[in-house]
Formats: sequence, C-alpha cells, structure tokens
Amino acid sequence: MSLLEIQRLSLSIGDTPILRDVELSVAPGEVMGLVGESGSGKSITALTVMRLLPWAARATGRVVFDGIDILAASEDQMCALRGDDIGMVFQEPMTALNPVKTIGEQVAEGIRWHTRASRADAEDRARKMLDRVGLPAAQFPLSRYPHELSGGQRQRVVIAIACALKPKLLIADEPTTALDVVLQAQILDLLRDLVAENRMGLLLISHDLAVVTEMADRITILRHGEVMEAGDTARTLSEQLHPYTRQLAQASMHVPARARTHEVGQDSPQLQAANPLLQVAKPLLQAESVTRDYPGRRKSLLKRAAPIRAVDDVSFSIDPGQSVALVGRSGCGKSTLARMVLALDGPTSGTIRFRGEVITGKSEAELKPARRDMQVVFQDPYGSFDPRQKVEKLVAEPLHVLEKKPTNAERREMVAKALHEVGLSPRDMDKYPHEFSGGQRQRLSIARAIITRPKLVVADEPVSALDVSIRAQILDLFAELNQKLGVAYLFITHDLTVARAITDQVMVMHDGKIVERGRTSEVLDHPQSEAAKALVTAAPDLHRAIARRLQEQG
Amino acid sequence: MTAYLLKRLAIALITLVLASMVVFAVLEIIPGDPARLMLGLNASADQVELLRNQMGLNAPLALRYLHWAGGLLSLDFGRSYTYSVPVIDLVRERVVVSLPLALIALALSTIIAVPVGLFSAGRHGRAGDTIAMGAAQLGVAVPNFWFALMLIYLFAVWLRLVPSGGFPGWSAGVWPALKSLILPAIALALPQAAILARVTRSALIEVLNEDYIRTARAKGLPFRAVLWRHALRNAMIPVLTILGLQFAFLLAGTIIIENVFYLPGLGRLVFQAITQRDLIVVESVVMLLVAAVIAVNLLVDLSYAVVDPRLRSRQ
Amino acid sequence: MTLRFDIPEENFADILVKAFTNRSFLTGFVITIVVAAVAIVSFFWTPFDVTRLIIADKTQAPSPAHWFGTDHFGRDILSMIMVGARNSIAVALVAVGIGMGVGVPLGAFAAARGGIVDEAVMRLNDLVFAFPALLSAIMITAIFGPGALNAIIAIGIFNIPVFARVARAGALAIWPREFILAARAAGKGKTLITLEHVLPNIVTLLLVQGTIQFALGILAEAGLSYVGLGTQPPMPSWGRMLFDAQTRMVAAPWMAIFPGMAIVVTVLGLNLLGDGIADILDPKSRRQR
Repeated sequence: MSLLEIQRLSLSIGDTPILRDVELSVAPGEVMGLVGESGSGKSITALTVMRLLPWAARATGRVVFDGIDILAASEDQMCALRGDDIGMVFQEPMTALNPVKTIGEQVAEGIRWHTRASRADAEDRARKMLDRVGLPAAQFPLSRYPHELSGGQRQRVVIAIACALKPKLLIADEPTTALDVVLQAQILDLLRDLVAENRMGLLLISHDLAVVTEMADRITILRHGEVMEAGDTARTLSEQLHPYTRQLAQASMHVPARARTHEVGQDSPQLQAANPLLQVAKPLLQAESVTRDYPGRRKSLLKRAAPIRAVDDVSFSIDPGQSVALVGRSGCGKSTLARMVLALDGPTSGTIRFRGEVITGKSEAELKPARRDMQVVFQDPYGSFDPRQKVEKLVAEPLHVLEKKPTNAERREMVAKALHEVGLSPRDMDKYPHEFSGGQRQRLSIARAIITRPKLVVADEPVSALDVSIRAQILDLFAELNQKLGVAYLFITHDLTVARAITDQVMVMHDGKIVERGRTSEVLDHPQSEAAKALVTAAPDLHRAIARRLQEQG
Repeated sequence: MTAYLLKRLAIALITLVLASMVVFAVLEIIPGDPARLMLGLNASADQVELLRNQMGLNAPLALRYLHWAGGLLSLDFGRSYTYSVPVIDLVRERVVVSLPLALIALALSTIIAVPVGLFSAGRHGRAGDTIAMGAAQLGVAVPNFWFALMLIYLFAVWLRLVPSGGFPGWSAGVWPALKSLILPAIALALPQAAILARVTRSALIEVLNEDYIRTARAKGLPFRAVLWRHALRNAMIPVLTILGLQFAFLLAGTIIIENVFYLPGLGRLVFQAITQRDLIVVESVVMLLVAAVIAVNLLVDLSYAVVDPRLRSRQ
Repeated sequence: MTLRFDIPEENFADILVKAFTNRSFLTGFVITIVVAAVAIVSFFWTPFDVTRLIIADKTQAPSPAHWFGTDHFGRDILSMIMVGARNSIAVALVAVGIGMGVGVPLGAFAAARGGIVDEAVMRLNDLVFAFPALLSAIMITAIFGPGALNAIIAIGIFNIPVFARVARAGALAIWPREFILAARAAGKGKTLITLEHVLPNIVTLLLVQGTIQFALGILAEAGLSYVGLGTQPPMPSWGRMLFDAQTRMVAAPWMAIFPGMAIVVTVLGLNLLGDGIADILDPKSRRQR
C-alpha cells in the first residue's frame, strides 16, 4: 500500500500545459527520486502534493496521500496535513527562513499550531529537533536569527521545521543544489538517517542523477512534464533502456575528447608548431604570495574585528595554453583570487604578473594591453548580459581595449567570426540576449571572451547553472577552443567532474590557501591533502553510485 | 546595535546642524535691517546702532551663528518684530493646536490604512482589492485643502454637525476643542491614508512572494495566519519609511489646513508673519518644523532596528 | 534598504502591445493627453476671455452658457480651469526637470563612486528632505516674495533628493550584476559603464518616479497658490481659484467644486499612467497577475 499515489496527473497554468499524465508513488520508508532537467515540471509535481500551487494552476487526475484525495481536499484539511503529515524542504536555504523570527520560534511554530502544545513544550521539542539535525544548544540557542547562520546550517533548520512532527512523507525539492559538495554530502546523510529513523517516505527531487542514484530506491525520470521512465534505481540506470535515460546518464559522465594535455614540457610537437607561444618557456600568468584581506566587521563605532583573510599567501603559475582548475568549497577564496587575476580587485600584498608584466596596482589605462589578452566567462548565463543591448554590441564589448578602434564593418566581421566559432549564426548578431536559451547565452559569453583572441580565459563556474545535456556541449566547446586557439584556462569550479573533464592541472584551495596542486587525474584519484580528500569523497559520482547500488542488491 | 544607533544619531545631529546653518544663512541674506524694521522708519541712526549692538548684529558671522544656535538650544528664538514678545511664547501658544492636529491625523491615517492594506493584499487581484485600491487611487489624487472645503460644505454648512472653523482653545474643555479638530484631522488623514494603504498593500504582496512565506505555508499555517504572523512584520520597513515621510507632509499639511479652518496654529502664525515680514518668527517656525522632521526620521531609523534583527547585529 | 527589480527583456513592439491592453496605462494616458490638449488649446481659444471682469455676471450657477458657472468677478470657471491647466503643467514639468536633471546624475554618481562620495550625497539628501516643499517655499517667499517662479524652485529643490534616491537605489541594484563585471573586464571606466549600462537599465524606475513627482508637483503648486505663495493673480491657477472660493462656499459652491475636480482628475490620470508603466515594464508585478 503506497503512502502517496499520483495517477494520471495533468496540470496547466493558464493556457500553458505543465504536466501530462504523471504517475508516481511513494511507499512508507521508501526514497523515491524524481529527476529531470529544468522545466520538466518536477517542482510543480511537489507543490501539487502540498497544494501550494499558483492560483492559475488547474490540475486533473488523482493524488492520494494516506487515503486522502489531495486534489479534492478542503483548504482546512490541507492545512492539517501540511507540516504534520507532509513536510517539505526547499532549494534555497538563504531565503527559506523568515529573517525577523528566531529559529526557535520558526521550528516551534508548526509544533504549536498542530499539537496545541504550550509554548514551553513546543520549544522543548524544537530544541530536541534542532539537536537532532546537528545544531546543538551550546552554539545554536533557540534565540538565534537566520542571518546568524550559514547556508548549510539554515538548511538544517528548514529540515528541522519539516521533520518536527515526524511526518509520514517528506518532500525535498533540490535540497542541496545551493550547497557545496561537502555540505551536500552532510545534508544527504542527515536526510537518509531521518528517513530511516522514522520510516518516512521521501520524495527527493533533483536535477543531479548522481545524487538521486546515491539516495533513491526507485527513480522517476521526467521530461517536459511527462514521465519517461520509472523503476528500480540500480536497474534503470545500469540498463538504460529508455533513450532519454541513456542521454541523461551519458551527459552526466561526459568527458570532452581532447588531444594530449599540455603538461609543462610535454606539449605535443604539432601544437608547439601550431602555436609559437608554447615554445616560450616563460609562464603566462604568475601569482607571487598574493594575499587579500577584507576589513572585519565593525564591532562598535571605533573597534573593528580582525580583518578577514580571503586569500592567504597564494603563489602559482599557468603556462600558455594550459588548462588549470581551481577547486574548493564555497567561501574558500577562489572567486576572490579569480577577480585579482582579472585585475578587477587588487591584492593586499603580493604581485600578479601576466605575460611577464606586473598587473597589480596599475591604472585602467595601463591595464589595457593586458586586458586584451585576458577575458572572462561568468557563471550566470542570464545575468552576464545587459538586457538592453543587442548581441553585436555585447559580444564586441571587449574590443574597447583594442589600440585601434575597428570600423563598424570590421566590428561586425569580428563579431560574426566569434559567433561562428562558438557555433552560433552571424545572423544572431541583431538579436537581444533574451531571445537565446541558457546554453546559447553561455556560447555568447564565450564568443565575447574570445573575440580579442586572448591568451587566458578565466571561467567562473561556467557550466554550473546549465542542465547536464547542455553542460556537456559547452564543455566540448571549451575543449575545442583550447585546442584551436591555444588559449589557457583558469576554471573556477566546485564540481570535480568539470575539472576532470576539461583541465590538465588542478589546484585545490582551502581557507584562502592553495593546499594541493598536480595533474588532474592524479589529484582526483589520489588526493593528498585533507581538503582535497574531503572534496573527492563528497563529490557525487554516477559510476560509483550505480556500482554501489548494484553491489548492495547483489 | 549600539553602533547602528550611534550612527543614526550622529547623522541626525549633523543634518540638524546643517539645516540650522541653511536657515541662518537665509536670515542673513534677507535684505533689510532687522533693527530698523523693529524700530520703524522714524528711528534715528544712533537708536538703530544701539539696538544693533544689543541684538549682537555687529558681531562676526560665525559668532552670530553660534549665538543664534545657542539661543535655539535654550529655546530662545529671539523676539518677534511685530508682537515684541519672545518668539517662544508665540510658538508655545500655537503648538498646542498644530501638534495634536498632526498626531490625530497620523493616528487616523494609520488606523485606516494598515487594515485596508492587509485586506487588499489578502484578496490580491479579486474584487475587494480592486475596489479598495480604486478608492485609494482616487484618495491619493485629492488635495487635502480641497477635501477640507468639501468636508466643510457637507458637515458644517449642510448638516451643521461641527463648527466650520475656529478653535475655542483647550481651556474651553477637551471635547469642544477636539470637536473643532475633527474635520481638519480627517481632511489631512484621508489622502495620506490612501498613500499608506497602497504602500502597505504592495509591501505585503512583495513579502508574500518570498520563499519563507512558502515555508510557513508548508508548516500548515492557513493563509490568514501567515499574513499576520510572517508577512506583516516583514512589510513594516517600507511602511515605517512612508510613515516618517508622511509626518513631514502632515506638518506641512497642517500649515495649509489651519488656514482653511481658521485654526490658530503654527501655520496661521507663519502666514501672518510672512505678510508682516516678521522674519524671525518665520525662521523660528521653519527651524522648529525641520527639527521635528529630523527627529521623526531618527525615530523611524530606530524602529527599523526593532523590526529587523539583521540591523541590530550588522555594523 | 536594498532595491530589487528585474530588468524587462522585451523589445519596443511587445511593450507597445502590452501598454495598450493595460487598463491603468490606457486610462492614465488618455486623461493625461486630454489635460495636455486642454492646456495647449487654452493658448488659442477659451470659451470666454479670462482677463475681462464682468461684474454683472458674478457668481452665476452652472448654466448652458457657463458650464461650470462664473466666479465673483464674473469670469467663466471653465475658461479659467483651461488656462490654469497650462500653469499647473508648466510648474510641475519644470520642477520635475530640475529634480531629474540634478538628482539623477547625483544619485548615479554616488552609486558609482561609493564610499565617502556616496555618504556625502546621502547626507545632502537628508538635509533637503528635512525641508518639505512647503517649508522651502515659505523660506523662499520670505526672502524673494511670492510667485510662480519661486514655487517652481521650491518644488524642484524638493524633487532633487527624491530622484537622487531612486537613481542611487536603482544603480546600486545594477552595479553588482555580472554584465557590469564583464564591462569592467573589458576595460571600461565607471562613467562609461554608468552611461552605457546603468542608466538605460534604470530608465523605467525614473519614468515611474517622474509621473509620481509630476502629480505631486501639481498638488504642491495648487497648495502653494492656495495659500498665496504660488502663482499670483490675475493669472488663473487652480489653487488660487480654490482660495477665492473658500469664503463663498455657501453662495457659490461650484467655484470650489470644479477647480478641485480638475486637480483630482489630472493627478489621478498621472498616477494611473505611472502605475501602468510600472505594471508593463516590471516583470515581477506581471507575474502576480
């Protein structure tokens, strides 16, 4: 007997169909993984079960929870179910808690509402629940406010709220997507334990096949609002009978085809011939004991806390044409380091040399020649373009640093060429960025980065906002351009599969320091430092997850 | 917390000092000699010179500013040219009319606006919301002094429920005095209430789209409980900001409304002073009102810290 | 307080279609056009000459000859309202111009520079905010005497910090975006970035604030003229007409009713227009519908 049974659920918002004939069930104590790319309707499915849909949504079909017909239930009945029998955890922990109420109030509120417990009793239970999710009383009294907690800690509070009354069903919608891999592993462990302790059913929603495989007993794959395949996790993913399942799995493990990598002194002869730069022994980029401090929090009018050291005595170099990954947990200082490399921020001490010239402490005019040779690709394909300008102007923006201003015709020529190189049509030049999809925008971003023929491209999490199939295509593009143009990369990422796919060398950053550096495969297969080990163990890996599942089931 | 409070306090003081400099500078550039103005055209040059010395008008600029500002601090605003009494006495008489009027109007507009805002946000997009916001839209467009004229026409001329103007003084008893403040307060309050209701509604609607509202709904709280317990307090910051700004508008508004209702408040005093070119009175009242505006804005800043715990720990 | 808003991502044609299917915008637009047209027509033609006093026709009730009646000098109220529209619009428009012209560059500059420049601009703002329009008008009249020009200056000065605040808040919301970082990586300076990327993206906000301040300007001008600090007779102005009406409420209520309605309709139209623009261009508010 299932706890939750969804049959032939169809849903539309206004005139837009969102779901079609979705079937899904969760048994008590079972973990059901719901997987799909963005726009597949997985979050809407979860909100339907909670009946927290936008008012324009119309649903047909049957959703039965514990014998109750959800779609026909009254609002009062739903209020009685929500938070008591069904708990829900959301994606964005930073905004999921009310900023003006203490965590104690927020956890105790649901308890008081449903059980009519006294304030003291409810707070007592809230305290126990917070202890259980790993927020002990000594450091996390009930009187703490959400802004005093980190993202991972806030997600624990959200889980405490959802599980406070030991619901029969827990719905977790991308609960770890906003967290780094180490926190992700911790939160997943916590969810797994809570489910086992209370024999809860868990509906786990994720875009990440590896995460779902590690957690779920059964899996449902959703695409454009329709179920593609459903079944036992291990079998579904090892057999990959459905073409879409295969496509998803392959994209998740995709490694672009690259010629032999550019290890120092090991470059292939053709490449050296093709790119005379590689023959120069001098490194392209050199950082020498770079440190960056941020002023500490003001404690009172006169007193400041000690400065926060975001980057701590970092030295490294990148050779021409080399592809280097900078990996680390969120807040380890990798983005600060990237900004200093791009001369968008200055180090507190230390120097950065680019093509042998010092670029720290230079004026914008002095930086112009250096800017020509280094460009940047950002994470968010939506935020990195001014929505009011056309593609031509946006892609041509770096031409600002050229010594000689190109004529209009020359400019169009160069933009057309760059668009062609990233697989877009020169006709796209006269469109606005909103006319492109996320993947296409990231191509635009790359076109903008290569238009000046730079020698170094800094890419800050360039694929982490993309769906897996798009991500594979963009990684291919990066690999191709590395080969064709001989451009060096500094890839900032928290995702080890990206590092493995596209880079020759890896630098592991932890607490502002680079703690390990070496060949990518070497570091990822045999990490030496604690920080690297933690990252490698925590990183979800589809191969490993499937193997483990199969092994468990014999 | 204390750092935030101290910073706001410092800013308020700086603004006050700068404002007093502006007012002083205005006094300085006004053509005409105050001493001659006080003594009239028939006074001899010696008499004028004597008075100038007595009034400290021959001292250097900075010294005169300090003297004037020091006077303000001890509530010594100088003497009125026309009435020949200390300005503070004139102000004291009038402030007991203007201040209650502004406060009653502020209270009235808040009492009307916040429930309407809550009502509208709770029925967002439905008929009740549309009607309430249509009325608010109209209310925003109505000039308060015209509204006052219409109220007089309706309640005083036609229905004869309240006096059409004048003020019996508090000595005549609290009720008769209050009665003559009712219409002016309504005239001031309703247009402000319309603005406040719109702000309250849009702040609430914005907050209702936040993630934490969904979290609260997922706990099983019904919509009404979520609105009161989670949305309202988070929507307070924009509402408080507008309340602070409104106090300034209400003070300015009382000046006009007092003229409609013939109330002997600061507004009447100012206009009489302008026609008689009794500049020291004008400057004193302006300075007083500016100080009140700054003080209220400081209060609003402090109330932010009460509402929002993030302000208490930041900085 | 931080400002959050989404930048609309549409081209002009889409926006136009949306504009003319939005009820607020359409109503506001029509009212505003009509008021502006009336003001322009008044330059060439009014039903009666407002400069000629015909005492024999004084305080006549509305009739087919005088739709809105006549005032205590026998002047036609409708004609006076038409000429008054000209006056109200001119004062409010110039005052908005002053506010935008000074306030927007100030706010954008403060946001671009940050630090001590920002702090100084904000303190200056606080200072001006401490003098509500009526108070500055009182001060200015105390020095220079009453008049329309002084009303414009007083309202205009009060508009400066309003626009500075909006421009600064908008610009601060734009600066941390990645496309600004991309422009900086392309070697562009703060001024160029402000002109190319920041200002075009806050135009909507400024436009909406512009209509609000325009409406407030009309109310303020009426208020100042009503207390005798604004437009001076014999130039007809809505506020002044209400002042004249005040002592004749019993005998000639139409003298008060119609000029007041003119103010209400004009301000309502402008506010609806502003609401409409905000609705059309702000994807956030659209999502709620």
